[in-house]
Amino acid sequence: MSPTTRGRGRRPAAGSPRLDVDALLRDRGTRIIVCCGAGGVGKTTTAAALGLRAAEQGRSVVVLTIDPARRLAQAMGLEQLDNTPREVKGVDTAAGGRLDAMMLDMKRTFDEIVESHSTPEKAQQILANPFYQALSSSFAGTQEYMAMEKLGQLRAEADRDGTWDLVVVDTPPSRSALDFLDAPQRLGSFLDGRFIKLLLAPAKVGGKAYLKVFSSGVNLVTNTLTKVLGAQVLRDIQTFVAALDTMFGGFRERADVTYRLLQEKGTSFVVVAAPEGDALREASYFVDRLAGERMPLSGLVLNRVHDAGAGSLSAERSIAAAETLTERKVHPLTAQLLRLHAERAQVATREKALTTRFTAAHPDVPMARVPAFAQDVHDLDGLRQVGRDLTA
Amino acid sequence: MPNGERDWDGVRLHVVTGKGGTGKTTTAAALALALARGGRRVLLVEVENRQGIAQVFDAPPLSYAETKVASAAGGGTVMALAVEAKAALLEYLQLFYKLGRAAGVLEKFGAIDFATTIAPGIRDVLLTGKVYEAVRRRENGRPVYDAVVLDAPPTGRIVRFLNVNAEVVGLAKIGPIRNQADSITTLLRSPQTVVHLVTLLEEMPVQETADGARDLAAADLPVGGVVVNLVREAVLPVRRLAAAGKFGLDADEVAAGLAEAGLPASAAVVDGLLVEARDHAARLALEKRERAEVTDIGRPVYELPALASGVDLGGLYLLADRLTEQGMA
Repeated sequence: MSPTTRGRGRRPAAGSPRLDVDALLRDRGTRIIVCCGAGGVGKTTTAAALGLRAAEQGRSVVVLTIDPARRLAQAMGLEQLDNTPREVKGVDTAAGGRLDAMMLDMKRTFDEIVESHSTPEKAQQILANPFYQALSSSFAGTQEYMAMEKLGQLRAEADRDGTWDLVVVDTPPSRSALDFLDAPQRLGSFLDGRFIKLLLAPAKVGGKAYLKVFSSGVNLVTNTLTKVLGAQVLRDIQTFVAALDTMFGGFRERADVTYRLLQEKGTSFVVVAAPEGDALREASYFVDRLAGERMPLSGLVLNRVHDAGAGSLSAERSIAAAETLTERKVHPLTAQLLRLHAERAQVATREKALTTRFTAAHPDVPMARVPAFAQDVHDLDGLRQVGRDLTA
Repeated sequence: MPNGERDWDGVRLHVVTGKGGTGKTTTAAALALALARGGRRVLLVEVENRQGIAQVFDAPPLSYAETKVASAAGGGTVMALAVEAKAALLEYLQLFYKLGRAAGVLEKFGAIDFATTIAPGIRDVLLTGKVYEAVRRRENGRPVYDAVVLDAPPTGRIVRFLNVNAEVVGLAKIGPIRNQADSITTLLRSPQTVVHLVTLLEEMPVQETADGARDLAAADLPVGGVVVNLVREAVLPVRRLAAAGKFGLDADEVAAGLAEAGLPASAAVVDGLLVEARDHAARLALEKRERAEVTDIGRPVYELPALASGVDLGGLYLLADRLTEQGMA
């Protein structure tokens, strides 16, 4: 199955088609852009650069970031984590656009879901439960679930108030990029699933009655859980589950709604990678997965690419020439520059080989390359430069 | 340089963390090889289902069984293990509760999935618990492994991952989970453990390393060394670097050299070389600033070179040699 691709440019003589970022950003049909990929490949920077470029071209954009580097956060005015989008200062709004940005507060997002779906007394009970507190602040999938939830909220707000016409999301730094897709459903199915019903059974039916309803397996499970977790933990979980009773169905439904949102035509996935084995492997899994889920992929952004400047000279020729000059004891400067070039050409060759492997497996996925910078991006000018490179 | 002294004698558990993309797995693998030199037995563990170890050793994917992945100089052995939370839980239940049939029922009711993916903190207790078991395992009156190297989650998540005690305390004030977390924490905070941080000489990784070292120390976790990965050698001498940074190198001289060596001396090639020299100078200037930041962290620093061809198995031995020379192992 080949992934759905949009914003595709002309196909160059060899390799992948070019990802036409400007066409993607200008297309008013693009309502959501999701940036995903392995950790450390520049997802947040890419998301911020796309958001800024779209805003300066006249779109009303909100960028949802998960865990931005400190200086980038400062540049975007994201110094406090208050779970609300704030306008980014210093954006050129001449074209009529705007840029808002926010950083996800997962505990607060979870609390808000609880508060909006139960009576104040019940919400209080849930928020005070030790199991809920641990779940909402440390479960490895909570961040993904809440990122999805927030995305859904921002999109709904955009539809309702017309504040934004484009939502750009950066995905959490998970073990695997796939967690972003899987974790919400995992949490959703846990909260709605069989195990919860089992935990709920004694509280609901009580005593002998439930023994009749369930097999002896239930006893075995609760006894084992008591042994392994301890009676107190199990009691906390049971109280939590009982208090959550009214919200059941809601969690899976919400996860499903957001999941479907990701399959819509207005959604665009941008997979971010660097020309390294791990990152490209991860990108490859993700591209296949998106195809399998019929989620619209726009293309791959390849960050930190090293191109050899004096491109026509191969590493081998440069080294041989440097050796000749050194032997003849002439032109030491040229010899040094040739050695420098050889190193760079070798890196470029290795990166190209790794990229070609990806391209061979996914020949239809459009690609945009961003050269490696000596310095990290931590101001709007840096983001503008990334935006220009993305579209060069 | 080679002085026969090892900086971390007495340490049995080396935890290796670093920002994503800094070469954490490669460094952990090189460290395991270096520690195994001279007939020692080392276990290299990964916990994130990434199969990163199999890739660096060019071996088939690891299962939940300790498998030999390499021999070190002087007869040492590196074993590897990919810990998976579910298998660790089933093993744990079997060992401590002799569950038998109950394990299947737990699985059927979703209890195993609950414990390994949803229940906060339990997953990390299981993963670190397996590492704890490997460090403490003994046979014939001596430890099975001279050292265990853990390819740990990245810097951003390392404190939460290792601080299992704090993680379960909100959940379980007493009980078996709490006891297990307490034992693990005792090992992690003991002089038998160190946490090494891998970085590149770039702003974000260095910043994260400094933050990570501070957060680890605040959580009473022992910070080991800082490994600076992918260090490039200066190709240009210092006096030329300054000129290169300002495009001040003599273009005619470069062109003359190219002609002498029989290469095309076109303006495009000359300009290309000068731009590369400028980038190189900018990069080295940045590295110099970042190196000062790394020194300020106040931990022993080790450097690993960038291998232009990338890291293969041969390269891994080379990196292990560098760590040995610098006394890390």
